[in-house]
Amino acid sequence: MKLAVAAFAALTLFAAHADARTWRVRPGPDATELLQGAFIQAEPGDTIRLSSGRYELWAGLSLDVDNVTLRGEGENNTVLSFRGQTQGAEGILITADDVTFRDFAVEDAKGDAIKAQGCARLTLRKLRVEWTGGPSPDNGAYGLYPVNCTDVLIEEVAVRGASDAGIYVGQSRNIIVRNSIAEYNVAGIEIENSFNADVYRNLASRNAGGILVFDLPGLPQQGGHSIRVYENQIVRNDTPNFAPPGNIVAQVPTGTGLMIMANRDVHVFENEIGENGTANVMIVAYRETIDDANYNALPRDITIRNNRFGRSGFAPAGDLAQLAQAGVPLPDILWDGATTYVAAGIPRSEPVRMGLRDNRKDSGGLPSFLSLGVSVAGSSLAEAAPDPTPPPVVLIPEPERVRLPQD
Amino acid sequence: MWRAFLAGLIALIGAGSFAAATSQAPRVNAAALSAARPAALLSDYRLFFDDAAREPNAGVTPYGLATQLYSDGALKLRYVYVPPGAQARYTEDGVFEFPVGTVLVKTFAFAADMRQPGEAVRYIETRLLIRQAEGWVARPYVWNADQTEARYTPVSAPIPVAFIDAQGTQQALDWRVPNQNQCKGCHDRDGAVTPIGPRARNLNNAYAYADGADNQIARWSALGLLAGAPAPADAPRAPHAFDPASGSLADRARTYLDVNCAHCHNPHGPARTSGLDLRAENDNPAAWGVRKRPVAAGRASGGLQFAIDPGHAEMSILVHRMDSLDPGVMMPELGRQTRDAEGLALVRDWIARMDAEGATP
Repeated sequence: MKLAVAAFAALTLFAAHADARTWRVRPGPDATELLQGAFIQAEPGDTIRLSSGRYELWAGLSLDVDNVTLRGEGENNTVLSFRGQTQGAEGILITADDVTFRDFAVEDAKGDAIKAQGCARLTLRKLRVEWTGGPSPDNGAYGLYPVNCTDVLIEEVAVRGASDAGIYVGQSRNIIVRNSIAEYNVAGIEIENSFNADVYRNLASRNAGGILVFDLPGLPQQGGHSIRVYENQIVRNDTPNFAPPGNIVAQVPTGTGLMIMANRDVHVFENEIGENGTANVMIVAYRETIDDANYNALPRDITIRNNRFGRSGFAPAGDLAQLAQAGVPLPDILWDGATTYVAAGIPRSEPVRMGLRDNRKDSGGLPSFLSLGVSVAGSSLAEAAPDPTPPPVVLIPEPERVRLPQD
Repeated sequence: MWRAFLAGLIALIGAGSFAAATSQAPRVNAAALSAARPAALLSDYRLFFDDAAREPNAGVTPYGLATQLYSDGALKLRYVYVPPGAQARYTEDGVFEFPVGTVLVKTFAFAADMRQPGEAVRYIETRLLIRQAEGWVARPYVWNADQTEARYTPVSAPIPVAFIDAQGTQQALDWRVPNQNQCKGCHDRDGAVTPIGPRARNLNNAYAYADGADNQIARWSALGLLAGAPAPADAPRAPHAFDPASGSLADRARTYLDVNCAHCHNPHGPARTSGLDLRAENDNPAAWGVRKRPVAAGRASGGLQFAIDPGHAEMSILVHRMDSLDPGVMMPELGRQTRDAEGLALVRDWIARMDAEGATP
């Protein structure tokens, strides 16, 4: 108690103008109490400035005040380390609107590094999130983890070592992820159960899977749609999948460039996708048993156009490796071929439209395509009837550009 | 059974001086309760006659829950205050609708030897939930070593606590007072602070008042605290999780999960995005965990496939996370540093006996 009082006294408060103040926090033995104190005492409009240095934190922090900016002195100068964390399921939890985090690093969180739940107009800029021991199943699941948010801007961040996804946006709408680096994670960038996302000019490399666009059943928000993935470099995703089994990303084969599972209206264009040992692009249905009658397991209305493809399929992993060993060459673009799925015991079929066009292969010619011909989602690969004929090209209208009020 | 006994004892301690209220005594400080700024000291609210908060003021009524959240075995002393003339409105399912001015008081305490929970009791902290005009606010107060005052402490350093637990084992831990935001981590409904415990099913049981045992719903109605309640026989009643005589194994396990997990794991709570709904009234086995796959659990899944793998407690993520002390894995995320051995045994037994559809004999 005395410690907490002392901590507050050590906070420096600058009155900038009448209704916006700047708090200054410095590293020290009371850093956890100091920072959490600032998070609680801040008022809307305030900025909390983190001086340079390492902050050794023993507990997770949480921010529940709207319109607060947390700003460090740069991703290599201001480091919040959770190496000694003994409390809290994440490094920092944000539950307020109009929050900006920028210019600092979060290292070695015991769970997720930065989680934002139910936030509007969230900005995460120039952050570094890292598990410093390299890829390990003991690392936290997500680096940056907005869930149930609207108007999310993530830019110029770098995330390394997450045992699930480095940058993960789930059950959210209106999302921009750009100019960021995701490497040495299980999944580099994952957009899941979300509506309207633009993912562009990122580097996703050295993950098990580079960029994932997923939709899962049984969740409050599902039916993911309207996702544009463009001008990214999705290259050399070759870190062996280190996700704890049981999680959906544990099923992503090592060496996957881009993977689309379920979802509709996903447009992938003008990316560089190469050096992914299993497949550059995979388009697949959700394969597990579905108890949820409102869920659609099929990826549909998918456009893959004007991308540059590098090498693919040279080191297949997972059950696709067996297929490759059986003599089926893995292509640049792999589709499971599912047009039927079973939800709550009822089979449903629908035409799956695709527009695969104007792509080119670095080594010349067109990227290869293969449908596995597994027409019912979740069926065994033993039932595969591989077919290299691409589906007829359908011109599918592109989702509108995402516009954010804070951008 | 042990916990039921304990609850009774606490009730006796808490209610000991209830009849001592006189018309000369200062009333509960309504102005302090409605102020935007927290009072510096707990005693400023005058919820108790004495600064040590052992003797509740007039209108401050002790209560207990049949099954309570595990908090490292801490004693919990609960009181409700509803302003004179106002009443809480009974609801069958959710938390009662309390009027502006209501206070819910919960003191966390340890006896030096928890086998004698009435002796050498040290108060650690007292948490208030106050119903103000704009909604509920949470205020933590931390007790001094002399037990003479509890001071408002929005962020606290850990407090060393040592005690002999109910099994006779010496325990030492650093008690972590939740900060204001962590209060909301559990007490959250659609982003607003809300009480958790005072629901019909949790209160519909006997309580040892100073003047004798009485059903709490009946007593609250008689005291004029509660309006619209039916006779206790017509209200829902949760079993006591650890008393086999009070309900089936499934009902008791579901009650345990309801009390310990459902404050987050409900369709409006912080864990809604997981899709796991552990409210006792949720009757969809897939939604309360049967063969439900993890969504965002990451390493916390422990490599297991399902929240509940019927017949296989050892393969169930639910048990794995209840059994963990790793902050990135453990459930609940906050509020415990030790395992609830009794709760684990109950949930393990329930899952072990469960058939593929989630039913137990």
